[in-house]
Amino acid sequence: MPNRDDTITYEGARRPDRQYAVSTSGIDIAVYEWGAPDADPLLLAHGGSDFAGTFDVFAPLLAAGGWRVIAWDQRGHGDSGRSDLYGWSADLRDLKAVFDHVGYEPVVAVGHSKGGELLCDFTEAHPARIKKFVNLDGLPSRRPAPDIQDHERTQLRREDITTWLDYRRGLHDYNRRPGTLQEIVERRKKMNPRLSDEWLTYIATIGARQDPDGWRWKVDPAIRFGGFGPSRPYWGLYRMAGFSMPFLGVLGMVPEQMGWGTKPEEVMPWLPRSGRLEVLHETGHFVHIERPHRVAELVLEFLAQ
Amino acid sequence: MNTITYLRHLRIQLALHQLRAGNGRNLLILHGLGDSAARLAPPSSDVWPGPVFALDFTGHGASSVPRGGGYTCEILLADADIALNHLGEATLLGHGLGGYIALMLAGARPERVMGTVIADGPGITGGSSGPTSARITPPLENPDRRTPDPIALMELTSDIRPPDYANAFARLALQNSTIEDPITVCVRWQIPWLDAVISEPGVLNGIGLDDALKHYA
Repeated sequence: MPNRDDTITYEGARRPDRQYAVSTSGIDIAVYEWGAPDADPLLLAHGGSDFAGTFDVFAPLLAAGGWRVIAWDQRGHGDSGRSDLYGWSADLRDLKAVFDHVGYEPVVAVGHSKGGELLCDFTEAHPARIKKFVNLDGLPSRRPAPDIQDHERTQLRREDITTWLDYRRGLHDYNRRPGTLQEIVERRKKMNPRLSDEWLTYIATIGARQDPDGWRWKVDPAIRFGGFGPSRPYWGLYRMAGFSMPFLGVLGMVPEQMGWGTKPEEVMPWLPRSGRLEVLHETGHFVHIERPHRVAELVLEFLAQ
Repeated sequence: MNTITYLRHLRIQLALHQLRAGNGRNLLILHGLGDSAARLAPPSSDVWPGPVFALDFTGHGASSVPRGGGYTCEILLADADIALNHLGEATLLGHGLGGYIALMLAGARPERVMGTVIADGPGITGGSSGPTSARITPPLENPDRRTPDPIALMELTSDIRPPDYANAFARLALQNSTIEDPITVCVRWQIPWLDAVISEPGVLNGIGLDDALKHYA
């Protein structure tokens, strides 16, 4: 685990017990494990532009509950290899490669945000491989777009398209902006406004690297928020409705920059028969980072049932 | 003649071929899935008197091959946008998958696209018109980085092309283009996304390829 200042600690945070790489399609995926190697596996999928190190408090709590917790950095994130292209089908292939490495017996799957949505696809494609599924604030909304006239919506999309294309045109000269450790902590604070500086600083020393000209978050600049595409986020609801395994959804209710804004009443009609929903008030999108003890308690309780 | 200029799209080198010199508007040809620019015959100078260019998409022809796939139509749109930016303005002729990309570029850059012709060719349908059962494509190695990249062939035949998504690009072109009749469809296969384009008032349909090109020359 290179570039890590071990003097920066946070109460309850623990680096993984084991780290290795799973190679797939020419990309090395960095995989991390907490807990006894012979315990039952529980796979943790992080969200977009995040990294497995954000599980450093949450994962040890699950491991202490008797699980072998396995997480990985998605391609272009953290210490996994950079790719030339990024896409949903490639992320799904990488996810399957990690699952295949762990084994073909049914496992517990926990995913946050984009990680939860990726797991929805994997679960529908390979239902017999998922023993129980926990989705952490990665539950999409069936809600249509706000009341915008058709013409205006089209204009909005053109702006989305040209902004994205302009970004890609200039990308070969682009590198992430360097900063002091405090500056990159401030950037992350916009996404996690309720976290302590101490916790954010710990996260930054794992998710960022120190270059000669300053610190940079370890996310490939080719991965960018926004953009556009043919898929609709609510298609994940169609998949979720048919899950046969026990399912727990967790929603953080405080609106945030990275949140999906999904409301419980939008999810309830689509919950699988074996599913339930937990709503965390006064908690933002990153439920497991903001309230790791409460979320771990919920997950362990669900797994014990 | 076939001279190649290499353009950069992030870590990919894109090969932009000039197939013929000429006087008049640029024609930019976008090939079908699994095809390449060097295999395309330019239209005769009677049909298109201007310079004729053709782009190799990422993972195709003389363009470089990415590690580990990740192909989407939106990535190929960015390829085509980089070629258009190099040329300044162009009329687009897209075959198959290239026709779908040409439609998207016509909507994205209506001030620079001087007419779009969507023609038959490989990859015209895409994978589906809407959500399907989840499918995870197996990992494919391409250690020699040969083209066409087999991962491109796999990923770009399982993509989703909702009719309303295609229609939105057609509308953008129709609303914002600086020319009359900015889109012409010369495809004989009935496909949901293309039907949604044709249904838009102002899209020309049922015209031969040469006549469509002459219309924009």
